[in-house]
Amino acid sequence: MVSSNETSHLAACKCWPAIPALCLVLLGGFAGERSAFAQKPLILQPTIERNYQPHPYQGQLEGDDGQWVRPAKDYASTRYSSLDQLNASNVKTLKLAFTFSTGMTHGHEAAPLVVNNTMYIVTPFPNNLYALDLTKPGAPMKWVYEPLPTPASQGVACCDVVNRGASYDDGKIYYNTLDNQTVAVDAVTGREVWKTRVGDINKGESMTMAPLVVKGKVLVGNSGGEFGVRGWLTALDGKTGKIVWRAYTAGPDKDVLIGPRFKPFYPQDRGQDLGVKTWPPDSWKIGGGTVWGWISYDPQLNLIYYGTANPGPWDAEARPGDNKFTSGIFARDPDTGEAVWFYQFSPHDLYDYDAVNENILLDLPINGQNRKVLVHPDRNGYVYVMDRTTGEVLSANVFAPITTSRGVDLKTGQLQYVEEKRPITGKVVQGLCPASPGAKDWQPSAFSPRTGLLYIPHNHLCMDEEDLTPNYIAGTPYVGANVRMYDGPGGYGGEFTAWDPIEGKVVWTNQDHFPVWSGALVTAGDIVFYGTLDGWFKAVDAHSGTLLWQFKTGSGIIGQPTTYKGPDGKQYVAILSGVGGWAGAIVAGGLDARDESAALGFANAMKDLPHYTNKGGMLYVFALP
Amino acid sequence: MRLRLQLGLLFAIASVLVSCQREDRILRQPPPANDILNTIQISGLNPGATSIPTPPSSNMYQESAYAVSEGQKLFEQYNCVGCHAHGGGGIGPPLMDRDWIYGSEPGNIFATIMQGRPNGMPSFRNRIPEYQGWELAAYVRSLAGLLPKGVSPNRPDQMNVKPSESSTSEQKPTGITGVPEQHK
Repeated sequence: MVSSNETSHLAACKCWPAIPALCLVLLGGFAGERSAFAQKPLILQPTIERNYQPHPYQGQLEGDDGQWVRPAKDYASTRYSSLDQLNASNVKTLKLAFTFSTGMTHGHEAAPLVVNNTMYIVTPFPNNLYALDLTKPGAPMKWVYEPLPTPASQGVACCDVVNRGASYDDGKIYYNTLDNQTVAVDAVTGREVWKTRVGDINKGESMTMAPLVVKGKVLVGNSGGEFGVRGWLTALDGKTGKIVWRAYTAGPDKDVLIGPRFKPFYPQDRGQDLGVKTWPPDSWKIGGGTVWGWISYDPQLNLIYYGTANPGPWDAEARPGDNKFTSGIFARDPDTGEAVWFYQFSPHDLYDYDAVNENILLDLPINGQNRKVLVHPDRNGYVYVMDRTTGEVLSANVFAPITTSRGVDLKTGQLQYVEEKRPITGKVVQGLCPASPGAKDWQPSAFSPRTGLLYIPHNHLCMDEEDLTPNYIAGTPYVGANVRMYDGPGGYGGEFTAWDPIEGKVVWTNQDHFPVWSGALVTAGDIVFYGTLDGWFKAVDAHSGTLLWQFKTGSGIIGQPTTYKGPDGKQYVAILSGVGGWAGAIVAGGLDARDESAALGFANAMKDLPHYTNKGGMLYVFALP
Repeated sequence: MRLRLQLGLLFAIASVLVSCQREDRILRQPPPANDILNTIQISGLNPGATSIPTPPSSNMYQESAYAVSEGQKLFEQYNCVGCHAHGGGGIGPPLMDRDWIYGSEPGNIFATIMQGRPNGMPSFRNRIPEYQGWELAAYVRSLAGLLPKGVSPNRPDQMNVKPSESSTSEQKPTGITGVPEQHK
């Protein structure tokens, strides 16, 4: 069964239907041309749920103490807060409580953490950690920890020098520096407890992800899929900083930590040393598959879930084969790192469709049966619902325009690529949707148990791509593609979508001129918070998407909103403003969009962003008066 | 009439000669003299200085379409394009605008390529031969319209993502230029 819904062609190309007919007349005798042109340009669009009935979540969520100790709030990665002081009727009176300047001008993607009445903020490079005292008026700074990463590391950060934040555990704040050091900082004193170097900038490695701490182990992964890096996930001992295990994404089974427990659901993921055999000789050593996104944890099954990034280089002709285990998801035992299952969303990825997006762990009724699932909105344009015990794909539904594939075969688990949209070396292929940042990039979704909906900040972009033969020089980009991105059908770049994970349909969506590059937060007051690239911080109704309140911050928002109960018993909402990241690089890096290929082609879709916002990092915290 | 003919002939010969030079391949690759490197500065402030050594306004690489086109190829092959795109920038700063952090003189660009710069620009010394460094410097200057139109590339061999170097209007660089701004 192919789960898809074919609808109309690109709205922007209204003349399209006439062209095949004309070509058929002109080229009547040429069967080859006829078949090439006769096919209607295909575009998959999401289905709208017309008669949506709210179906509150029946499963259990982690307890909530009103703090925010890790970016995704809980191990299931819901980004849901049970605080309900703010609601649809009073949120319009939300006022600024305090602010704090980070003094930095690059992209601020981190989530402000709140532990023991202290707020912790990690900045982009040079990755300072600020502690703010929430018990005092105006939340003055308690201390700052400066890890001083080498400035040269900025040269291997593909998409601005961002950092996605820290995690708290056992009295320590853990996070990664751009120059590949994981640090543990005493949460009270700000003193460094340990610092471990886990990667090397001269191999093109950098680190931007937020660690997850599971059973005393700090789980961290590298970035650098555009630099011919070999991707890995590493567990460090939270007390000492010693490396406990490292699981590579590609390479021989012993490096990938594949052993007797490895039982993937689909046959294409089974076999010996697939991390070597699905690559040209030695290509796996520089084949990407980095781990720069989100990790979720199921304490009952004792499994962690995380996605692997795109294979490198982008020029897919340089790496024939499925390129395992890139652009897929691993379930592993956090104690040993052993792989338990794997599934590949985009085998032999053609479009930079990393699979590092968040996995929300839920128990949902699927086809009348209660299943332990994970919900994963992927860059390739589908929201996957998978059985998280086995790795079986239960559904895969379109959430943004897709031309690069025709659906996901639920029998075989295979993504159905569209042959005409395959990038070819030396040829420009047009109208590829989603573009390489995907239907959705790193910007994490939120799930509300009250509405049963997933709130997805995402992109609405397409692109043209020409592949080129790349040249590997360690420490420099290894891409091999010319790309130019532009707004998707309808002429807008982003959306904020409420998604029914059971039906696989859109309940409501708010269009935005730009990709929505911030994270989402949903609360028990049925309010969803998110920010836009032009600097608006918004509160919308979780049921309808109606705008309830907004505040214009000083710069574009690409951060992750969090909420907490302050020492005064009030509910606060925090967000870092500060444009940048891949989408905002045109502003943060002062790029010149006369070159459509700037920022790997993203600048072309963001040409007008410099007219809307300027750089500058600032924390904004709001509460009711 | 006769004068006009003579003038025409003269013009034709001159054109041929000029284009000869434009197309000249540099077969032996003598790097520009060391005194260029000695004039490189990346600060415009010269305490107590009354006269500042002026870098030569050009070198052979800057006047050769061949060298610039070689530089264009090298710009791809050494992955410069991966960070600076086709001049618009990305990981690295744009090269087609008027802002030159470390100077726009050929010697400054050459030194930036060879020495690297602190905030992410790698040092390509021992990786890129000197003459290729000068070819790259020439091409980088063409991206910003700092070379005569005659030697700048007309069109790319690849997907057309920007106005050609030869159509980029000649610009006056800002920031450090290698030649400190004199009092007006």
